[in-house]
Amino acid sequence: MRKVTLEINGKTVVKEVHDNTLLSSFLRDHLNLTGTHIGCDTSQCGACVVHVNGNSLKSCTALAADIDGSKVTTIEGLATNGKMHPMQEAFKKLHGLQCGFCTPGMVMSAVDLLQKNKKPSDTEIRDWLEGNICRCTGYQNIVAAVKEAATKM
Amino acid sequence: MKNFNYHSAKDIKEASKLSSSNSAFLAGGMTTIPSMKLGLASYKDLIDIKNIKKLSGIKVSSKSVTIGATTKHVEVANSKELKKTIPSLASLAEGIGDPQVRNRGTIGGSIANNDPSADYPSACIALNATIHTNDRKIEASKFFKGMFETALKKGELIEAIEFQIPEKSSYQKHPNPASRYAIVGVYVAKHKKDINVAVTGAKPCVYNDKDLSKALSNNFSTSAIQNMELDSSDMNSDIHASAEYRASLVVTQAKKAVDAC
Repeated sequence: MRKVTLEINGKTVVKEVHDNTLLSSFLRDHLNLTGTHIGCDTSQCGACVVHVNGNSLKSCTALAADIDGSKVTTIEGLATNGKMHPMQEAFKKLHGLQCGFCTPGMVMSAVDLLQKNKKPSDTEIRDWLEGNICRCTGYQNIVAAVKEAATKM
Repeated sequence: MKNFNYHSAKDIKEASKLSSSNSAFLAGGMTTIPSMKLGLASYKDLIDIKNIKKLSGIKVSSKSVTIGATTKHVEVANSKELKKTIPSLASLAEGIGDPQVRNRGTIGGSIANNDPSADYPSACIALNATIHTNDRKIEASKFFKGMFETALKKGELIEAIEFQIPEKSSYQKHPNPASRYAIVGVYVAKHKKDINVAVTGAKPCVYNDKDLSKALSNNFSTSAIQNMELDSSDMNSDIHASAEYRASLVVTQAKKAVDAC
């Protein structure tokens, strides 16, 4: 066991964890932040994407211990004062989801893209979402939503 | 995943002191963590080396570029200095996995793992790299021993990889559409004295294709290798590509690389 101190969605969290606790389980099971989904659990599907120190990563493939001291943003941390983030708004408006399972990871990954590339082309959006798998939408509306969000962010 | 003791090493000395016959170094964890989760590997101790500052960064000199072991793929892909000196290496890094893998995965981890279809080993062979460890310097041609096997001894730690700057070079891969691992990747590098054609994905271990490099040494153009047929008897065959298809892909990717040089 060890003590980790993390800033999660702007709040400092200090918890005891096992050395082998994955960041995804830490968020879901220890903090009840179940917006971060676990799909494949083998770092392929991207449903578990969160931001650590401003960069996206797959939380099923990071240890709570090895990101000790970091700032984490999860899907729950995007909305401000009950108002959805422009990326969430765009996914809603343009039907960038169907079942919604992949959506938290998609949104977190897409937000990271727009932090680094304010006006991505369709190809750049598709390349960036390489690590996020959706089995419902066929991606068209997801790409449209990211483009829409780019005009609002 | 079985439990283990996690250690974050402050420096190289501490990392090697902590290592044992039942430990592994942890950098980006892009292979180590999934392998442990799947029960393919288990260790008593995981020694995290990513907080050792000395192991990260890119240094350029007149003849070579040295990349620290824990330098992330995204850092290699975005390095302005590297784009000027060895652009093919920056573009190789940009093609690894997906953005989340590139945000965590490291060059040293990729090389130490020596996956038969990883991208970086081909760069080491093509760019006459020297692997600097905490104990010695190993030529790339003597480093990659076989499938997931390297010349590293237990507890030996890669500190940096030094690549020779070529006159021209290009890396072309036919990626698996899902994982982006190379079904076949070919790194062509023309140095002052030699030409290397490093191939990944085709055989159990990265190799320098002597037939292709010989043909290109005589005439550095796609016409020199246009009709070459490679022996596929020791090439990989799986659901993604047969050995014969891989043999054909090696020539195709080599031609693309020569064209892009």
